[in-house]
Amino acid sequence: MTDKIKSTILFTFIFMFLCYSFYLYKKSYDGTATVSESPADKGKRIWQEKNCNACHQVYGLGGYLGPDLTNIYSSRGEAHIKAFLQSGTNIMPAFALNDDEVSQLLAYLKSMDATGVAAPDKLKINYDGTIER
Amino acid sequence: MEPLNGNNLGTSSKNKSIGKRYILTGVIILLSAFSFGLVGALQYTSPGLFKNVLSFEKVRPLHVSSAVFWILLAACGSVTHYLAEVKGKLWSVRLSNVQWYLFTGSIILILLSYLFGIFGGREYWEFHPLLAGPIILAWLFFIINVFKSIGSFRNQPVYVWMWMTGVVFFLFTFLESYLWLIPSFRSDVVKDMTIQWKSYGSMVGGWNMLIYGCSIYLMDKISGSQKYSYSKIAFTLYFLGLFNLMFNWGHHIYTLPAPKLIQYISYGVSMTELLLLGRIIYFWRSSVNTLKKNYHILPYRFLFAADLWIFLTLLLAIVMSIPAINIYTHGTHITVAHTMGATIGINSFLLLSFTFDIFNIHQQKVVRQISLGLYLSLASLFIFWLSLIIAGVLRADWQMHSSTVPFSVMMLSLRPYFIVFLISGVALFTGFFIIIFSLLRYHLSQKSVDKTLTLKKIKTAPNVLHN
Ligand code: HEC
Repeated sequence: MTDKIKSTILFTFIFMFLCYSFYLYKKSYDGTATVSESPADKGKRIWQEKNCNACHQVYGLGGYLGPDLTNIYSSRGEAHIKAFLQSGTNIMPAFALNDDEVSQLLAYLKSMDATGVAAPDKLKINYDGTIER
Repeated sequence: MEPLNGNNLGTSSKNKSIGKRYILTGVIILLSAFSFGLVGALQYTSPGLFKNVLSFEKVRPLHVSSAVFWILLAACGSVTHYLAEVKGKLWSVRLSNVQWYLFTGSIILILLSYLFGIFGGREYWEFHPLLAGPIILAWLFFIINVFKSIGSFRNQPVYVWMWMTGVVFFLFTFLESYLWLIPSFRSDVVKDMTIQWKSYGSMVGGWNMLIYGCSIYLMDKISGSQKYSYSKIAFTLYFLGLFNLMFNWGHHIYTLPAPKLIQYISYGVSMTELLLLGRIIYFWRSSVNTLKKNYHILPYRFLFAADLWIFLTLLLAIVMSIPAINIYTHGTHITVAHTMGATIGINSFLLLSFTFDIFNIHQQKVVRQISLGLYLSLASLFIFWLSLIIAGVLRADWQMHSSTVPFSVMMLSLRPYFIVFLISGVALFTGFFIIIFSLLRYHLSQKSVDKTLTLKKIKTAPNVLHN
């Protein structure tokens, strides 16, 4: 392999990679986008600042100590979530959140819930090994 | 073919000590990774432990960031040291020094920030975005040093290509992981997660390029021939690896409602890894025979251990890349098992093999101690890995029939496996502790020997003049 062939392969790969990256950056996905500084956006920031992800998953991504919360909003409802946030559990700290923060977190969980269903048993398996919702 | 500059005599002591400093800092951070890993494992087996002082949302990033920084520091140290060895000297030792200070300073701040409850909250590597600044700057310095030290791009061996692509890709993916700071990137939750896993998935590929590059260099050095690093097969595998780095990250997010294209690309590209696996099995025996050189016994043993784990981890990775299987393994401890296999079994064992090459240890007693540590960690890592896989299989079964059994009941049923995980984790920690302790003690004893030698030289110098 000469240097010329090697650089041609390398730059072709880089070009393909950049095309793929920018395609993904440009694309919009679920149609439930929240506006920046909206309650859901603020709720997302609280989710990150409290590091809920260390224990909870969203779409199966995150920690393993607590349950996946993607669809908790529709499955358990606001009152249930509020109760957990207020008193915590023997593992989960009781986050001292004020009313605004609680409602922002709820707005975030609501917008997350609207993006789709996370439970893997709801997915359809095809014969070629791919999956579909 | 170019001559092999192994252990280049012209490499100055300054050039040698800077790489060592990175590695020594790395092993200390590795001890921190293990300590917080142990606390985390205890919290799995005794729920609620230390909840008020060191709750799990603090312990997890303390553990993860320590582990990532061990890998980054040791990888930077090894590349820096080997670059100086190959090229005779590093472009700028001072720049490397500045990079080290920036790194170490931000690592300390990052670990402290968790204790104060300041998080970045991203999955899986997170800290406050402000603290990413010095790391980006440090990495830029690293890139400059790597490229300037290499000089001409003509007729370079494969490991030099790997170092060049590795450093650039790491920076790209690291910057990409902060795109969420731009509102239009984060407002769409699924898009945010897609880009996040695109960046973090490829970032691992970035540091792997640095590490695998070093391992090819080291294998050349042990076998005494550079035939492989210039061969067609080496470059073919390098390009295959690069292609995977760029396009196979999608297996992290198969279950997300993201474009299906991601699934198809990742699934297809991941299957090309079968070629890598095929080659590993094919060359298994021959590589063992040519590498077995008593002079390099410690690096050789660690390379061999990593080889075993490359095989196991790649096998698991390929299985997990099939979407139909991934929906079972995703979100379970099987993913954790894979990560542990990759970061401990492959990355850490490889980095330690470079470490023992760089520190060049030959004292029988020390070699025996370190080998003992290695065997203990190898055996316990296997049990650790298996316990996670079994816990993962049980959780997968629960996930696929989730409606009936509550989460807490499922977690309780996994407890026996978490206990095995904890015990094997303690054994693993002990093994690594023996390795690190022996290294540090050896290094300190060498330092005092060096000091006495210098003192003797100074004392005898006037006599020489008088005579
Ligand atoms: C230290 C780990 C930890 C952290 C951090 C944490 N949680 Fe939890 N959370 C848990 C555990 C464990 C449970 C209880 C699961 C059970 O017993 O069923 C739980 C339960 C919940 C539940 C009820 C789930 C259900 O299925 O009934 C909600 C809602 C919740 N957490 C939200 C949050 C939010 C929001 C945050 C961040 C502000 C957070 N948690 C941070 C560990 C944690």
